[in-house]
Amino acid sequence: MTLETLSMNAKNKSLVPSDPIISIKGLWAGYDAHPVLEDIHFEMFQGDYIGLIGPNGGGKTTLIKVILGLVPVMRGELKVWGKSPAEARDRLGYVPQISRSDKDFPISVWDVVRMGRQAPGFRLSSRLSSKSKQAIEKALSQAGVLNLAKRSFNQLSGGQRQRVLIARALATEPDLLILDEPTASVDSQSTAKLYELLAELNQHLSILLVSHDLMAISTHVKTIGCVNRRMVYHNQKMVTKEMLDLSYDCPVDLLAHGLPHRVLHEHHHEDNANSLSQYEEGKND
Amino acid sequence: MISTIGQVFSYEFMQNALLAGVLVSIACGVIGTLVVINRIVGISGGIAHAAYGGVGIASYFGFDPVLGALAFSLVSSLAMGLTHRKLKDRSDTMIGVMWAVGMAIGIIFISLTPGYRANLMSYLFGSILAVSKTDIWWMVATAIGVILFVVLFYRMLLAISFDEEFATVRNLPVGTLFILMLLITGLTVVVAMRVVGLILVIALLTIPAAIASMFFKDVRVIMLVAVGLGILLNFFGLLLSFQLNLQAGAVIILLAAAVYFGAFILKMSLSKAKL
Repeated sequence: MTLETLSMNAKNKSLVPSDPIISIKGLWAGYDAHPVLEDIHFEMFQGDYIGLIGPNGGGKTTLIKVILGLVPVMRGELKVWGKSPAEARDRLGYVPQISRSDKDFPISVWDVVRMGRQAPGFRLSSRLSSKSKQAIEKALSQAGVLNLAKRSFNQLSGGQRQRVLIARALATEPDLLILDEPTASVDSQSTAKLYELLAELNQHLSILLVSHDLMAISTHVKTIGCVNRRMVYHNQKMVTKEMLDLSYDCPVDLLAHGLPHRVLHEHHHEDNANSLSQYEEGKND
Repeated sequence: MISTIGQVFSYEFMQNALLAGVLVSIACGVIGTLVVINRIVGISGGIAHAAYGGVGIASYFGFDPVLGALAFSLVSSLAMGLTHRKLKDRSDTMIGVMWAVGMAIGIIFISLTPGYRANLMSYLFGSILAVSKTDIWWMVATAIGVILFVVLFYRMLLAISFDEEFATVRNLPVGTLFILMLLITGLTVVVAMRVVGLILVIALLTIPAAIASMFFKDVRVIMLVAVGLGILLNFFGLLLSFQLNLQAGAVIILLAAAVYFGAFILKMSLSKAKL
């Protein structure tokens, strides 16, 4: 364990000495009878800022959806604040991939963020309470999109839409923010700003994000894990050989770009061709 | 000979037709907007066609075909809704099969029904000029039901339409609301059947909403504009069909489609002008 991770653990401990906010033991999950995730073990603590990498189709999004209670557990145990996902998810701020939200949908930015204030269960539409109004305004301004409130959601750029969805999640006043590929359709300048925002938010809430782009997240998150059917996570910032083996099998492009602040174990690979083709397969999933 | 508008609508059947057009436009404009933004045009088409099974069974056993259509429409709304919830993107084929089963049942029972069957054609192609007082009451009830449903649950409907998964994480009753929305679509389909018939109902449901959504960016505004457009299309369609002595339902739909294509071209040239 590095010094960095030791000091970080110490910081986490001082925040909350107690139980993990997410605890996963031997989890299998997937769609119909096909497991996408196999034997996952994972713990997340308050104050954490975890980035999960892995190839497309490797199960990152599925892992997020199991935690949110959108995909059922097949086998194993998953607790969020010691409860089932369905019981605990009102404390989770979910930021889905923007490609999923309908780009043609006729709706204003304000109305999108207002969804974060919709009370659970069967409710009649009613006037917005002043408390909710304040929460929406605060979320919009935190995400830096208060000036866009009256704009139409589908006329915004990718980066702006992403911020609006973050604002919607913040309006729920979550304890844990979960983001699925937050930079997938965002240009590089907006990406940098987005990570500034997330670092700021991390001072008050825990963050779990997944991305297929190791380069983008590696300099921003506190700890890194890797998901590709199975999972490697040791509560540290280092990208280990184990992760690369699991995730990409081939670190060539990482080395080519250089990895600031990162220790790479020496990596010898005999069957690069084979593993590359596996990665391509994963991509097409 | 060209008659004045006053002359045309001096006939009682034309007044009833006009009233029916207004009431059906209200229900279709509001629920049609939900159908369009939820991209469930296919399911709505399935519900409409499957309702023909109810028309067939009702005529064979000698009770009101409208009640038969209503029963089949609600059952198929439920079945197709649950299928869509369960299979998501893969529900297409299953819904297509249910659609065909409903129609096939209708065709068989109608061929078994003895006697003069020409009036059964009116359920397929509409008969707005033969709308009865009872039909009008059905339409009033449906229009009120649709408006109440959308006004009372507007925020939840918006949330599940925009992002079903986020709504689920917020613990909204996504499934219940979706099924309820389809049941009300089924009810609307049955009353709109009197105007344009089961085969063209989907056009009346979706075209006004589709035109409105090209130019407006708020669901409530789109609903209001769709209602207004529906009323205008029904009015002018009716007038045109009277003058040309053509089938009213078909003329209304052709007129709507012409406006839709016109609006589409206008929209394209507007967005080109912006660039």
